[in-house]
Amino acid sequence: MLKIINIGMNHETAPIELRERLASESDNTLKALISMRGLDVVKEGLFLSTCNRVEALFITEETEEARRSVVSLMSKLGGIRAEELLTCLYAFEDMDAVKHVFNVASSLDSMVLGEPQILGQIKEAYTQATNQKTSGVILNRLMHRAFHVAKRVRSETDICGAAVSISYAAVELAKKIFHVLEGKKVLLIGAGDMAELAAKHLLSNGVSSVMVANRTFERAVEVAERFNALPVSFNEIGSQLLDVDIVITSTASPEYVISQSQVKKSLRKRRNRPLFFIDIAVPRDVQPEVNELNNVYLYDIDDLKGVIELNMAQRQEAAVKAGRIVEEEVVKFEKWLKTLAVVPTIISLRNKSESIIRAEFVKSNSALGKLTSVQYEAIEILTRSIVEKMLNDPIVFLKGKAGRSTLNTYLDLTRKLFNLDDLDALPQSEELMRKRAR
Amino acid sequence: MASLWFNFALCFELLATGGFIVFIVRQEKWVFRCSYWILVTGFLFHTAFLAYRYYLLGTAPILDLKSALSFFAWSIICVYLIIQSRFKLMVLGSFVAPFAAFLMIISSAMPWTEEPVKPLFKSLWLTVHVGTVFIGDALLAIAFLAAIMYLIQEYQIKQKRLGAIYSRLPSLATLDRINYYSIVYGFPFLTVGMITGSVYAQYALGSYWQWDPKEVWSLISWLFYAALLHQRIAVGWQGRRAAIMAIVCFSVLVFTFVGVSLLMGGYHSFSSMGAR
Repeated sequence: MLKIINIGMNHETAPIELRERLASESDNTLKALISMRGLDVVKEGLFLSTCNRVEALFITEETEEARRSVVSLMSKLGGIRAEELLTCLYAFEDMDAVKHVFNVASSLDSMVLGEPQILGQIKEAYTQATNQKTSGVILNRLMHRAFHVAKRVRSETDICGAAVSISYAAVELAKKIFHVLEGKKVLLIGAGDMAELAAKHLLSNGVSSVMVANRTFERAVEVAERFNALPVSFNEIGSQLLDVDIVITSTASPEYVISQSQVKKSLRKRRNRPLFFIDIAVPRDVQPEVNELNNVYLYDIDDLKGVIELNMAQRQEAAVKAGRIVEEEVVKFEKWLKTLAVVPTIISLRNKSESIIRAEFVKSNSALGKLTSVQYEAIEILTRSIVEKMLNDPIVFLKGKAGRSTLNTYLDLTRKLFNLDDLDALPQSEELMRKRAR
Repeated sequence: MASLWFNFALCFELLATGGFIVFIVRQEKWVFRCSYWILVTGFLFHTAFLAYRYYLLGTAPILDLKSALSFFAWSIICVYLIIQSRFKLMVLGSFVAPFAAFLMIISSAMPWTEEPVKPLFKSLWLTVHVGTVFIGDALLAIAFLAAIMYLIQEYQIKQKRLGAIYSRLPSLATLDRINYYSIVYGFPFLTVGMITGSVYAQYALGSYWQWDPKEVWSLISWLFYAALLHQRIAVGWQGRRAAIMAIVCFSVLVFTFVGVSLLMGGYHSFSSMGAR
C-alpha cells in the first residue's frame, strides 16, 4: 500500500541554528531531490526549504526504510547528526500528512499566521520537483489541491486581512485617513529600525517625499541617504509641520519633541488638512493631547500594538474557519486517493479488451476482404462500442466499491474473472506494473 | 394602476435595503451586486410610477406629503446611483437605501388623496421648481449621510477602536470628498430651485416674494449652506467641523421641508394645495 509521508521541522520544533544549517545553501533543495530520486523506496518526492521550515514529502511503500533514508539524507545535507536531528522532527502519515501540507500551504502553520510568502515557496518547491521529475500522480494531485485550498482559505476567510506588524499597521491607518498616499509628505524625526521601516513602507505605498530631522544634522543626512530623503535640521520641525501630512517620531528625547500648542498653531495655516502622528518612541515624543485637536490623529507605540493584537485575534478567529476548509478538502482528497486503488485494474481491463480487439482484427482480416475506409471505421466503432458497453457495468461497480473494506475482494475477483494477472497475455508497460494495487 | 407601480417600487426598495444591511454585516461582494440591481429595479418602477402620475395629474406629483416623500426618495436614489458610478463606494448604499426606504414607508402609510388638481399647478415652472429643489435636497441629504459616516469613522480612529465599524467604513478623505462634492453640486440646484420658484410665484400669484414661512425657511437654509460652502472654500474648513456643519444645515433643511409644511401653514403647505 502506498503511503504519503511527511517529515520535517519548523520554527516550533527546531531551533534556528538547526534550521539555518539545512536552509543555508540555496541549492540544497535540488541536492535533496536528486538524492531522493536515487532512493528506490521513494516513489515520489518533494523537498521544501524556507527559513522557518524544512520538510520532505514523499510517497513510499516501505514506510520505515524510506523514513530512515530520508532522515539520513537530511542529516547529510545539513551536516547534523541523525540522533540530534530526530529530536526536532515531526512526521505525519497519510491523511495527517495531507492535512499538514494543506495547513502549511494555507499559512496556518506559519510563525506569523496568514503570512503570504509560504504559498509562493511551496509552488517553487513543487516546480523544482516537477523539473526533477520526482513528482508523480499522487504528489501532482496533492500539490494542486494544496494550492486550491490555500486559495480558498485566502478568499473565504480574513486570514490575510489586517496588518500584524507595526509598520504595516501604520500604513493601513494612514490609508484610512488619507485614502491614497500619493503626493503625501512624511517627516521622520529621529532614527530607529522600526521608524525607518514604517517610512519605507509608506514610500512604497506612494508617499511622494520623506524628510528626516535629527538633533545632529550629520545623523539626519546619514539616515536620509538611505531612502533618498531630504535632511532637515531639528529647528525646522515647526515650519515643516505646516507642510507634511504624516510625522513619524522616534527620538531618545526624555521630554516631548512636539507639543500640543505647536501643532495647534500650525493647523490654521495648514487649512485644516489632516495630520497623522506616528509616535514610536519610548518615552513618547508627541504630547498625547495632540490627538484632541481637530483633524489631527496621534497613534503611539501602545496604540499600534493594540491594533496589531486586535488584528492577530481576528486572524486566529479566521484560522478556525480555515481549519474547517482544510478538513473538508482532506476528506475530498481521501476519496480521490481511494479511487486510485481501482485505477490499475480498470486500466488492465481496458488493455486486455484492446489487445483482444487487435488480435481479432488481424485474424478476421482475410475473411473481411477488401473494405473501404468508411466500412473499416464502422466495424471498428461497432466492436469497440460492444466492448465498452460490456465493460461499463463492472467498472462502475468497482468504482462504487472504492474506499469500502470489501474492495480488495472484488478487485481480486475481477482480476481472476478476466484473467488480468496472466502477464504473458498482456503487453503492459512497466509504469502500470508499478502502480498496480495489491 | 399607480398604486401597483408604487407597491412594486416599495417592495424592491425594501428588499434592496435588506440586502444592503446584509452586505454591511457580511461584506460579501455578490450581496452588494444583488442589492444594487434590486435597487435599480425599484428605481425603474418608481420612475414609472412618477411618470404615470405625472401623466394623470398633468403636473409633478408632489402636491401632498405622500407624493412629496416618495418623490424625495426617488431623488435620493437617483443621486445615489449617479454618485455610485463615480465613487464606487459600496458602503454608501447601506446608508442611502435605508434612508430612502424609510421615506417610502412613511409615504406608503399615508392615504391616497384623489382631489382634482388646480389649474394653477399645471405649469412647467412648478415641475422645474420642484425637480431642481428635490435633486438639490437629495444631494444635500447624501452630504448629510456622508457627514454622519465621517463622524462615526473619525470617532473610531480617534478613540483607537479599530473594529468592525472601522473596517467597513471608507477612509476619512473619501467621506470628506463626498460631503464636499454633494454640497458643491447640491447648492446650485437649491439656488436654481428657489429662483424658478420665485418666478413661478410671480407668474401664478403675482408676486416674487410673499414672506410665506416656506420661503423664509428656504432662504434660511440656503444661507446656512452658503455659509458652509464659504467656510469650506475660503477658510479651508474640512473634516470634522465641516461634517458637523453639514448635519446642522441639513436639520434646518428638513425642518423647512417637513416642519414648515405641517406646522406653519402658508401657501406651500400641502393642506392648502388640496383645497379648491
